Amino acid sequence: MKTTIKCIIGTLCLGAAALSGQVANAEALDDIKAAGVIKVGVKADYKPYGFLDSSGASIGIEPELAQDVADKLGVEIEFVPVVSSNRMQFLEQGKIDLMIATMTDKPDRRKVVGIVDPNYYSSGTNILAPKKYGFKKWEDLNGKPVCGIQGAFYNKRTSENYGATIVAFKGTAEAYAALQAGSCVAFVYDDSAIVAKAKEAGFEEYEMPLPTIDDAPWGLAVPLGEEKFKDFMSEMTIDWHKSGRILELETKWGVANTPFAIAMHEKYK
Amino acid sequence: MQEYFEWFRILYEETGINLPFLYDSYDRNRMFQGFLMTIKLSVVCLFFSVIIGIIGAWLQGSSLKWTRRIVDAYIQLFRNTPPLVQLYFFYFAIGSLMPKVATEWGGEAPLLGNFAWAVISLSFFAGAFNVEIFRSGIEAVPNSTVEAAEALGFSKFQIYKDITLPLAFRVCLPSLNNNLVNLVKTTTLAYAIAVPEMLYEANQIWSDNVNVTEMMLFLLFAYFILVGALVWCTNRWERALRIPGYGS
Repeated sequence: MKTTIKCIIGTLCLGAAALSGQVANAEALDDIKAAGVIKVGVKADYKPYGFLDSSGASIGIEPELAQDVADKLGVEIEFVPVVSSNRMQFLEQGKIDLMIATMTDKPDRRKVVGIVDPNYYSSGTNILAPKKYGFKKWEDLNGKPVCGIQGAFYNKRTSENYGATIVAFKGTAEAYAALQAGSCVAFVYDDSAIVAKAKEAGFEEYEMPLPTIDDAPWGLAVPLGEEKFKDFMSEMTIDWHKSGRILELETKWGVANTPFAIAMHEKYK
Repeated sequence: MQEYFEWFRILYEETGINLPFLYDSYDRNRMFQGFLMTIKLSVVCLFFSVIIGIIGAWLQGSSLKWTRRIVDAYIQLFRNTPPLVQLYFFYFAIGSLMPKVATEWGGEAPLLGNFAWAVISLSFFAGAFNVEIFRSGIEAVPNSTVEAAEALGFSKFQIYKDITLPLAFRVCLPSLNNNLVNLVKTTTLAYAIAVPEMLYEANQIWSDNVNVTEMMLFLLFAYFILVGALVWCTNRWERALRIPGYGS
């Protein structure tokens, strides 16, 4: 037994070493310029922040922000679709140079990827539910199946604090299908995406009934340790707030201007 | 007990090796539930896939042309399509066409949930292979043995049940076990339709705690132990069923 435990711990140490061993060379900005192309991880199923048009190209608010970065650097852009459960790993492994993928800024995430200050956006958690259930408070979800997305941080909270049974799928399309089929009573997700979804055809009988919780800032991220690139992105973000670019994009993509974006614009104006 | 678990929290703080499914009671509970779900799904699917195999192989020997054709069509359909596609097809395509039943919270849910669909899909998938495996065993039983049974007045069903199948079983057991081991590993696909088995729970834990490497190692280790136990049992089974002098 003792040797087995030693063996397990040994293996885990090896794993941890491998994890910490991935220190990127700190010249990402030069590498990108030399390659002439920047690989940006964006969402492909998150309307209107990052999604695909009918030809399969990435469009939305975040791809446009990424385009700004590419233009500023004078390089080509390559979009890499990411999902919540692999986006940080893609950045660690160098599959992408920059991640703008609706990621909530959290302390433990800051240990793994270089989240840029100031935050570029913010959103909270809410649910999309059929009007007939008439949910009023989060506790109403107690004991009921609620659809979610695999890897979303609020799944745990929704089940731990409010007693909901989370049924989590890989992508939003599967979750919406399960919600419409009646496999779950609600879909717990970012309020920013739900607002856009509830306006779509086929969702007339759905609403966003609960008070938004966990209003939290989003962070775009560069690989850990890339200080030069991070500073560059900081300036970019401040520019976006200063010029009102975020507000402009929200309007363009049919999102009501969020309090966060307005406040940041006021702050840097 | 909690003191032992607390040790792993210290391990995390000291070394960065994060094993929340040991020190965090919520994560520990869901990991354990996931482990139980994997076992439950495996056992139920193993059972049904073997039953499907036995019945399918019996029907394959039918004298009716259409019975044989239907069994063949089933085998081709399930053997030639990926199990993940089958799962999605059953759950999202067939599942949404199923009659709905009223739920206790006043809504309507499909008749069969994700666990039921996972069982159906995976059992039929492994069952298709099992039919062919049993057929290989049945064809290995000498004709003369079957003829001798016929001469003794056994009915067709009796011959299958008492003569052919027991002998065939011993011949095809190694390949059957192979397929069953594969089935246990294939249960991980059920996480695509949100059956909360081990991979699903591990995925949620590594998303919450950003400890992918540790969870991957744990998963590999857990499945190694789980499948190892199954292989040990099947090996014992093979030895127990051995007929001295039969086969080689």
